[in-house]
Amino acid sequence: MSEVLSKTPLFDLHVSLGARMVPFAGYEMPVQYPLGVMKEHLHTRSHAGLFDVSHMGQVELHGADAAAALETLVPVDVIDLPAGKQRYALFTNDAGGILDDLMMFNCGDYLHLVVNAGCKAQDFAHLQSKIGHRCTVKVRDDLALLALQGPGAEAALRAVSTSNVPQTFMTGGRMVIAGIDCLVTRSGYTGEDGFEISVAATQCETLAKALLAAPNVQPIGLGARDSLRLEAGLCLYGHDLDTTITPVEASLNWAMQKIRRTGGARAGGFPGAAVILAQLDNPTSVKRKRVGLKPEGRAPIREGVELVDSAGAKIGTVTSGGFGPTVNGPVIMAYVDAAHSAVGTKMNAMLRGTPTPVTVVTMPFAPHGYKR
Amino acid sequence: MTRYTDDHEYIKLDGDIGTVGITSFAQDKLGDLVFVEQPKVGRMLKAKDDASIIESVKAAAEVKSPVDGEVIEVNQAVVDDPSLVNTDPEGAGWFFKIKVSDASQVAALHDEAAYQKIIG
Repeated sequence: MSEVLSKTPLFDLHVSLGARMVPFAGYEMPVQYPLGVMKEHLHTRSHAGLFDVSHMGQVELHGADAAAALETLVPVDVIDLPAGKQRYALFTNDAGGILDDLMMFNCGDYLHLVVNAGCKAQDFAHLQSKIGHRCTVKVRDDLALLALQGPGAEAALRAVSTSNVPQTFMTGGRMVIAGIDCLVTRSGYTGEDGFEISVAATQCETLAKALLAAPNVQPIGLGARDSLRLEAGLCLYGHDLDTTITPVEASLNWAMQKIRRTGGARAGGFPGAAVILAQLDNPTSVKRKRVGLKPEGRAPIREGVELVDSAGAKIGTVTSGGFGPTVNGPVIMAYVDAAHSAVGTKMNAMLRGTPTPVTVVTMPFAPHGYKR
Repeated sequence: MTRYTDDHEYIKLDGDIGTVGITSFAQDKLGDLVFVEQPKVGRMLKAKDDASIIESVKAAAEVKSPVDGEVIEVNQAVVDDPSLVNTDPEGAGWFFKIKVSDASQVAALHDEAAYQKIIG
């Protein structure tokens, strides 16, 4: 059965730039350009890369009760998020599992959410059915999304805009870029400094061309996006996060502010709160944890590979793994039994039937370049 | 004589020694190579046996032996720098040399014109 794939507003531009297009989350997306994954990755870390992430879902929540309503769906402090600030959040289910991860930005009079492409239809339905009576859920499929990432991103942006640039990581505001009105946040998913730019789909190609003409900007595909986010220790939904994994197991405690935890002024009140708060209150009850692993040797160890202890007993599974071009070696994200999750713990990955030594390390694998 | 397999290996025959690698088409499809594991010298291979293991930034693959024979030499240069396979697949980026058991197996593979048709 063949599915009909959607196209982003930049499809023609990708093709004209020589991209190799692949199906991803129902879209035809560029996996790489002629530069290739390795050089695209390194270019983003050293200069600036432009990513088409228009396949991701954008939705606005309007109304005085929107923040309080959203708090019923996420274990995150939404109400106290100041205007002009952005925060990472998670939709949870009644079992404490993760339905999706998302970014939310307080535009002042409404909230702007960005959700994963593969989950967006379900997320929109979830918002509408659970909080649609308390706020207006406005799906913005008329908007496209670009990410400009890397240490050269700010200079590139300033080359095509005289607007004020958001000054620090996870802040944002409106900018006019190449004459086009945009919503810009200083954020992204590569571990680098950079920006996500929400723009009318009809103006996206003009904007993308202007940014590509700025100094040291190259178009970057999904291949490098994956290796960049993996080196940055960032989760990919459907791989490192899913409906059976809680935020605590996913080592995302930092995303759940104290005010939503036991003893906080607005503790609980989100799906799966009993499970998640119990895990936060009693960390030794958590059976497995997401960790970073560094293999010995140079062979990439990929998703699905089993992890075993010195006796050969299974203690975990790789959920993301590959070659890190900046690290110049293989890197792994995995779930392991909590007893084996301490930094420095050694275990074996069963690579093509051969036990290959790997060690638990702190993430990120490549240092973050966020402008704090 | 150079011949090609359906799996995009080539074998260049010189006397009874065949040099095996992957075609430019194959390296382009795989993307940047980051890891190569070679077979042991002296190993006897049957046609279609997995010989070298290769990993690109996106996927793992195998280089299969195009024909029966004994591995007599492996190219350490592609182990040390897998990108050689991308930059010069049919030259410096070869994988291993094999002492061919039966030259008629080589002749039975695709010639260049037939291989070009396969990859379109």
